[in-house]
Amino acid sequence: MYLNNKMLFSIHILADEEFDELCFEFGLELDEITSEKEILIREQGGEKAEGASDVVLYKIDVPANRYDLLCLEGLVRGLQVFKEKLEAPRYKRVSPADGGEPQRLVITEETASVRPHAVAAVLRNITFTQERYESFIELQEKLHQNICRKRTLVAIGTHDLDTISGPFTYTAKPPGEIRFKPLSQSREYTAAELMSLYKTDSHLRHYLHIIENEPLYPIIYDSNGIVLSMPPIINGDHSKISLNTKNIFIECTATDLTKAKITLDMVVTMFSVYCDEPFTVEEAEVVYPDGRLSVYPELAYRTETLSGDFINKRVGINESAESIAQLLTRMCLRSEVSGEGDLIQVEIPPTRADVIHACDIMEDAAIAYGFNNIVRSTPRTYTVANQLPVNKLTELLRQDLTAAGFTEALTFALCSEEDIADKLRKNITETRAVHISNPKTADFQVARTSLLPGLLKTIAANRKMPLPLKLFEISDVVLKDETKDVGARNNRRLCAVYYNKSPGFEVIHGLLDRVMQLLDVKPGRNQGYHIQASYLKIYFNDSTFFPGRCAEIFSCGKSIGHLGVLHPDVISRFELTMPCSAIDIDIEPFL
Amino acid sequence: MADNGLLESVLRLVEKVDGGTDSQDVAADLGVDHQVIVGAVKSLQALGEVISAEQKSSRHWELTGEGREIAEQGSHEARVFNAIPDEGLPQNQLMKMPSGKVGFSKAMSNKWIRLDKAHEGGPRVFKTVEAIEDTVRDKLQLVQKGQSAKLEDKEKNELKKRKLLSEVTVKSYWITKGSSFSTTITKQETELTPEMIASGSWKEKKFKPYNFEAMGVAPDCGHLHPLMKVRTQFRQIFLEMGFTEMPTNNFIESSFWNFDSLFQPQQHPARDQHDTFFISDPALAHEFPQDYLERVKKVHSEGGYGSQGYKYDWKIEEAQKNLLRTHTTAVSARMLYKLAQQEKFTPVKYFSIDRVFRNETLDATHLAEFHQIEGVVADYGLTLGNLMGILHQFFTKLGITKLRFKPAYNPYTEPSMEVFSYHEGLKKWVEVGNSGVFRPEMLLPMGLPEGVSVIAWGLSLERPTMIKYGINNIRELVGHKVNLQMVYDSPICRLDS
Repeated sequence: MYLNNKMLFSIHILADEEFDELCFEFGLELDEITSEKEILIREQGGEKAEGASDVVLYKIDVPANRYDLLCLEGLVRGLQVFKEKLEAPRYKRVSPADGGEPQRLVITEETASVRPHAVAAVLRNITFTQERYESFIELQEKLHQNICRKRTLVAIGTHDLDTISGPFTYTAKPPGEIRFKPLSQSREYTAAELMSLYKTDSHLRHYLHIIENEPLYPIIYDSNGIVLSMPPIINGDHSKISLNTKNIFIECTATDLTKAKITLDMVVTMFSVYCDEPFTVEEAEVVYPDGRLSVYPELAYRTETLSGDFINKRVGINESAESIAQLLTRMCLRSEVSGEGDLIQVEIPPTRADVIHACDIMEDAAIAYGFNNIVRSTPRTYTVANQLPVNKLTELLRQDLTAAGFTEALTFALCSEEDIADKLRKNITETRAVHISNPKTADFQVARTSLLPGLLKTIAANRKMPLPLKLFEISDVVLKDETKDVGARNNRRLCAVYYNKSPGFEVIHGLLDRVMQLLDVKPGRNQGYHIQASYLKIYFNDSTFFPGRCAEIFSCGKSIGHLGVLHPDVISRFELTMPCSAIDIDIEPFL
Repeated sequence: MADNGLLESVLRLVEKVDGGTDSQDVAADLGVDHQVIVGAVKSLQALGEVISAEQKSSRHWELTGEGREIAEQGSHEARVFNAIPDEGLPQNQLMKMPSGKVGFSKAMSNKWIRLDKAHEGGPRVFKTVEAIEDTVRDKLQLVQKGQSAKLEDKEKNELKKRKLLSEVTVKSYWITKGSSFSTTITKQETELTPEMIASGSWKEKKFKPYNFEAMGVAPDCGHLHPLMKVRTQFRQIFLEMGFTEMPTNNFIESSFWNFDSLFQPQQHPARDQHDTFFISDPALAHEFPQDYLERVKKVHSEGGYGSQGYKYDWKIEEAQKNLLRTHTTAVSARMLYKLAQQEKFTPVKYFSIDRVFRNETLDATHLAEFHQIEGVVADYGLTLGNLMGILHQFFTKLGITKLRFKPAYNPYTEPSMEVFSYHEGLKKWVEVGNSGVFRPEMLLPMGLPEGVSVIAWGLSLERPTMIKYGINNIRELVGHKVNLQMVYDSPICRLDS
């Protein structure tokens, strides 16, 4: 969001450095300092920028859970309170001034299947300016993207109350039976027509899926049958707000009631500042299908009691309860020492939905104290370090494999099905591969079941290098395994390849002998290691290798892998031209 | 190699002159071809500091084949003139002479001869002057004697146009005495041999000097990958600090351990298809610690442990979904849960460095998989100040001493701090890691005692490696498109220097 100089002035800040420092301290990210003109030049070129404003703008990123800082009104208010230039306002829910009945929104049971919740409120006698109006629209959009999870959880509708009359009905109807003139259109459409109309709308098409396949669409009517909105897609044109709107009816429909309440609280707390009676919000009643009645907005203030000692011990400071209360008050958490020991009463306002535990309060005290003012100290935790055995073995083997003349590669754990199946002349169903459901490209279809494809691709990308190429990698592959809670496990493997004008089986065989020597396993049939031709495997299973040039490796009678000369088709499928031999073994038996 | 006799003759000539001599002059003096002297100079150079020879090039004029013929036999026009007797010569006979055609027209334009076309018996050529001066031949002879400087440029160019002269560049050497100049040649040995050692003959031998400017022969060896070298150093640092390595060899994780156990709500954007790789086979995890799962469900949907909770409908179906872990913190959660099941709590320090996966948009610094470095400390009464203290020690071992901390947001830590270090090169603060204190809503359902705090931090392995090795595109470092030459050439990794 962009902040200008005028607003900075209201926080009593003049220099950029000072503002940068404040943002850092408060946990905001000052992205850049720019101007409307600069932005236009960057985005649309110099011509368009002619005559644009030179006023300095500060681009700021806000933490994802601070909905109260999403608009300028809230951000400036938060910083003013932090700098003790303003006392945090108290937001109040009021009954209609004329003593009349509050506005009422009746929910019918048809909504249960599609979008069962709704909350509402009224902002009375608001005064918009162009800037305020734009900020109001922008906040709704930001909330929609943020807490409302792209309108799936909550959708906000704001209406000129003077153009409609309650009580309002929130119901759900078959799309063919809904007909109204939507915002920015000149004629009436049925809901079904709207859905196809918005298919090409760059903004609205992203929300269609939320209700598209539902038999009933949510819809809100006033007492005269005028459509207020068809949430979460579009509002009606009839009740649209403008710069001149004085009274606003706000409804939030939702699949998550908690989020709807928070969203409504945010909109009204932020913009009630422009009402004739600032920070007051007129209540609205919501009647549920079972007759239950709730009054909104909740604007709930909650009090937590915690001790100064708790804050001091968690943060690592030594402040009096009074000064901690003062720190918290600067974070919009009005606090008082209760008088009993060092207990502090902390009031959490409706704008701070992010505060759900004492630890959130503790963090605010630490922020107000200044993270960088906290004394850094070393904990006295005494522990003895241990390496993970499989990593320890890996580290030791890597060193000796390079000493044996092989260079380490580092390849991706994700690859295409083709890499581990077709290109290795294997059937994907035999690979025990773990499949990814939402890959953006074929490079992320499966977790690798072998290190070999990665090594061969590394050679293909380095064909200009002098021969021979000798590469290895010791890393994890992933295999389905029903004995594990998630149904899959990693397997640490050692793979090496030799790529030259002749296959070099003897080189790869020599590497096996060396690895076994390093692992202190002697050659031999029973307690040692040996290799043996696996004709059956060649023809029925391990077709990655050239017939008759492949052996299975046994250690202490257990099969641990293969070595051999790669099948010419495998070589060509990886876009290679020279003979190549490879070894692939499981190193976990040696732990 | 040129024979020693010639070499010594060259040396004797060099000895006679002070300030050196040109190899061309040497060739002229000794009456041998210049190329032979060039060979001799090279042989002498190989003997060490006997002579010093500096290569130079000079341009000079040389006769062409035709030019040499003319210098010997006279110009074509002179030959024509001399062939004509006083009584004249029939033109057709004159034209049959080797120089006839060219000589005739040249002699005509010089007005040395005339043609009588009407002469009886056919056209006949007569001398018009008594005697001639063959200037062309004179000029060429001057050049031949090495006195081309006596000719004017215009004259030389004219002869060049007639293809009698050509300008050539000659590379020669300026030879001066070397520091160990001598007029006698001693044969130098190239290498010490076992025989020399046995016989002691090395004492009398002279050895050819080595060229220390040349590169040595590269050793025949393998190379560790730079990212793995940096990983080794980070492991070392953690081990030095007393941290135990966590078993992170499980890329496939359930949403439960990756998100729910960390108190990350089920509607959180990170759990979106756009950010996380979900697994279609095996799609679901099927085994959870049941009572712990119930506590997690409760703290999300209703709160507890002093928390308001998120107040939403927590679904086991969402928690069961398998995924490629998005952070190694999933393993930290498993480890902390395991720790909580111990009869009596003991403090721990854990670390891991392993792969994590994000279904993100890829660019020059982001891949779908990267290595996360993570440190975790659990003990009674740990403070935010302790976290900063440990981070200070950790980063000092990386050679980073100037740190500051910025408040941040992370769903499973509170407080959360981004770690910034001052970059001397960029003259600004840059983010180097993330850290925080795990939320009670994460720890208490696991069964950890109330007073235990768990502090943690994380950073990527790729970023410090790219900075360390000056790599701008991550694809040159990680994955099969790696530049192997870079791997071969990369120095050892010492993070604090």
